[in-house]
Amino acid sequence: MTAVGQSVARKEGLGKATGEAKYADDLTFPGTLHGRTIRSTVAHARITGVRLDFDPAGFTVVDHRDIPGSNHIALIEHDQPCLAAGEVRHVAEPILLLAHEDREALRGATVHVDYEPLPVVTDPEASPTTFKEILIEKGSLDKGFAKAEVLVEGTYRTGSQEHVYLEPNGVIAVPEAGGIALYGSLQCPFYVLKALKPVLGAAVANVRVVQTETGGGFGGKEEYPSVIAAHACLLALKSGRPVKIVYDREEDMWATTKRHPCVVRHRTGLTRDGRLVAMDVDVVMDGGAYCTLSPVVLSRGVIHAAGPYRCANTRIRGRATMTHTPPNGAFRGFGAPQTQFAMEVHMDRVAERLGVDPVKLRLKNALKPGDTTATGQKLGDDTSAVAVLRAAVKKSGYNRKRVSLKGTGAGIGLALFYHGSGFTGSGEVMLASTVALETTATGARILVANTEIGQGTRTMLAQIVADALGVPYEQVEVAQPDTSKVPDSGPTVASRTCMVVGGLLEKCAIAMRARLGGMSPSAWHANRGPLRLEQRYEAAATRQWDDATYRGDAYATFAWGCDVAEVSVDPVTYAARVVKFTAVQEFGRPIHPAMARGQIEGGSAQGIGWALMEHVVLKDGAMHNAQLTNYIIPTTLDTPPMDVIMLENPFGGGPFGAKGLGELPIDGPAPAIVNAIRHAGLDVRSIPALPEVLHASPPLDPPPPARAG
Amino acid sequence: MRLTVNGTPVEVDAPPMKRLLDVLREDCSLTGTKEGCGEGECGACTVLVDGVAVASCLVPFAQAAGASITTIEGLGGNHPLQVAFMREVGAQCGICTPGMIMAALPLGPKPSLAKVKDALAGNLCRCTGYEAIYRAIRSAWGEQAPT
Repeated sequence: MTAVGQSVARKEGLGKATGEAKYADDLTFPGTLHGRTIRSTVAHARITGVRLDFDPAGFTVVDHRDIPGSNHIALIEHDQPCLAAGEVRHVAEPILLLAHEDREALRGATVHVDYEPLPVVTDPEASPTTFKEILIEKGSLDKGFAKAEVLVEGTYRTGSQEHVYLEPNGVIAVPEAGGIALYGSLQCPFYVLKALKPVLGAAVANVRVVQTETGGGFGGKEEYPSVIAAHACLLALKSGRPVKIVYDREEDMWATTKRHPCVVRHRTGLTRDGRLVAMDVDVVMDGGAYCTLSPVVLSRGVIHAAGPYRCANTRIRGRATMTHTPPNGAFRGFGAPQTQFAMEVHMDRVAERLGVDPVKLRLKNALKPGDTTATGQKLGDDTSAVAVLRAAVKKSGYNRKRVSLKGTGAGIGLALFYHGSGFTGSGEVMLASTVALETTATGARILVANTEIGQGTRTMLAQIVADALGVPYEQVEVAQPDTSKVPDSGPTVASRTCMVVGGLLEKCAIAMRARLGGMSPSAWHANRGPLRLEQRYEAAATRQWDDATYRGDAYATFAWGCDVAEVSVDPVTYAARVVKFTAVQEFGRPIHPAMARGQIEGGSAQGIGWALMEHVVLKDGAMHNAQLTNYIIPTTLDTPPMDVIMLENPFGGGPFGAKGLGELPIDGPAPAIVNAIRHAGLDVRSIPALPEVLHASPPLDPPPPARAG
Repeated sequence: MRLTVNGTPVEVDAPPMKRLLDVLREDCSLTGTKEGCGEGECGACTVLVDGVAVASCLVPFAQAAGASITTIEGLGGNHPLQVAFMREVGAQCGICTPGMIMAALPLGPKPSLAKVKDALAGNLCRCTGYEAIYRAIRSAWGEQAPT
């Protein structure tokens, strides 16, 4: 029996349900010290003095002068210090590290930092500092607008979002012969390794990074673990003992990255019969105090900003700017949920202006095979915008409810969206990922750096290898990601693990099968000794991308989705509530249907939270509700029943037809919900759509005269 | 101080205000009980105290004196709920799972969906959107009798 396409028993066995699975905080090493981070309490200042108000006996204290290598966290730019030296640029910026064997003593230690305040920028649109600017141009905007008979403009805003992986960030740095081992909750072991090397410099000959069982990531453990890992290593280096740093929830929410807040402006020209002829889109993202991943978040955001629609004349301008708030970073969707929220809410306003049905407007303009996107990418046969839209309308009873709910205080809305699989542009070529496969006494072992963080990496990759190698699924095992043992197969991000890494493993398994010549891997292992094969990413000759002009094939392919939300609005409290949710998504082919369904349900719930309740209250550059008591994520009582339909449209470039799925589900819920609120009679253009936002929104029933802006 | 943990009487020497969560994890080496928030909001640290599901991060050790505590380790490792959570993918990352299972345990076999939602309203999951958790709990007992 083949494994792909079956909901096979998962590789993690029962461990996660029995308490046996070991997460970072569950590990103990003899002589371990606990680490603590002293952070700035102001948004922008010069540090004029640091005073320890405790007896330092028994403490290890580290500041920037203890860094043997370079004081920066390596990422796109090297602007973020590991520990602030003379200046802090955001609240919660790390200044000093303490370690002690007794947690209570550590907690009781007080440190005074004196500051000389500097000017604070909190408005991303008014910021004088830009991390990245991108311009995408297709056709001629002037010619497009000249043809336009109807013009619709609008400004749309999306708020920040905290990841709330249920396991906060945590690592343990353990000195070992010849170096340091770093164990931690993280998505990308080699990102951490690449960040640790410059900080530790020549002082540490060997560094290895080992991923422990990880309690959720959603992007929040893409780049941030480099910071906490560097801190733990510095304390371990100075003390000579293992050092564990595990943030509590408040510190994790207060200090670590969030989703980029975003402002999108649309100016759209159409013919009177509803054909898009000109789209002018302007995107501003708040990068926070340091560059981190903002340029690439902006990149994915702007590429998706014109939505899954055909338009000959398009201009998309984007910039990510600096503010004195904690750096924003990777979060599931990576900029695309923000820009597609704007596009889809705008589309319902366009339909309203034209007096046409929102579904008909989308059907008229939806991308089809052979069409080109804003970057000029010609789409293949696996383009399913129309198919997902039709299926979602049918399954949800959209047309019927659009009529029956009108005027009842409830509403139904939908959103059509897409998501590029894998790294943007030439990203995969530059990553040049390598995977390995080796024989064992019982079968074969997968060696990759890609991590299981809840999404099912181990199981899904083993299914692909089992079928490609022609062995039972049970004979395939997956090595724990340890940078000293596995090749760099790239980060676990960007909806790339299944399509890109799974694709490399499929090739590797096919090559191994050929080498085995009919022998089973275990028989080969017993008779001829171990066999290990590697497979490296090779650029597809057919894919063209120009980083300078942002023209070409932005992604290997796209996954497609249409979400429908049915919403009720409380006439007294103005609280909106999703009562029913339908998600139709096409991502090639599900490798493990039950896990794929879990990605869609879970991603949808996160999107529902972002749309209606998750509110990062920023005051003077700091999160003022850094607790789960008043930063609300959906509970069982807030999450609606979900209908999930997985359409299949196999992609030739993915393993067994699969594309990326992880991020797609979070693109659709917010605009579908806001469009349902619009149907219920309120003109909302920003999220989170809290009761106070709804209360302040202009009523639409009876519809007011059409207005611009 | 004496208490019963997973059916076994134990004597633990720990400060009275130490959180029951830390006593279980550190003094009893039972790390299956997880800390998600430390303020009683997420339910990851749920254990049964005399049969009632409570957030162990909010319970001072002194309050657990003489009580009978059941943690995820007390389910033995092959409980129908544990098997169903993995089979139905009610566990993704798994960090909320022990608490979810402990919160679902007092419901007994085949509870209604409304009862499940109510019982788990204090347990947060960020991965699943809860749907697979409902499927796991409601299908857990199958043909098997509850243990």
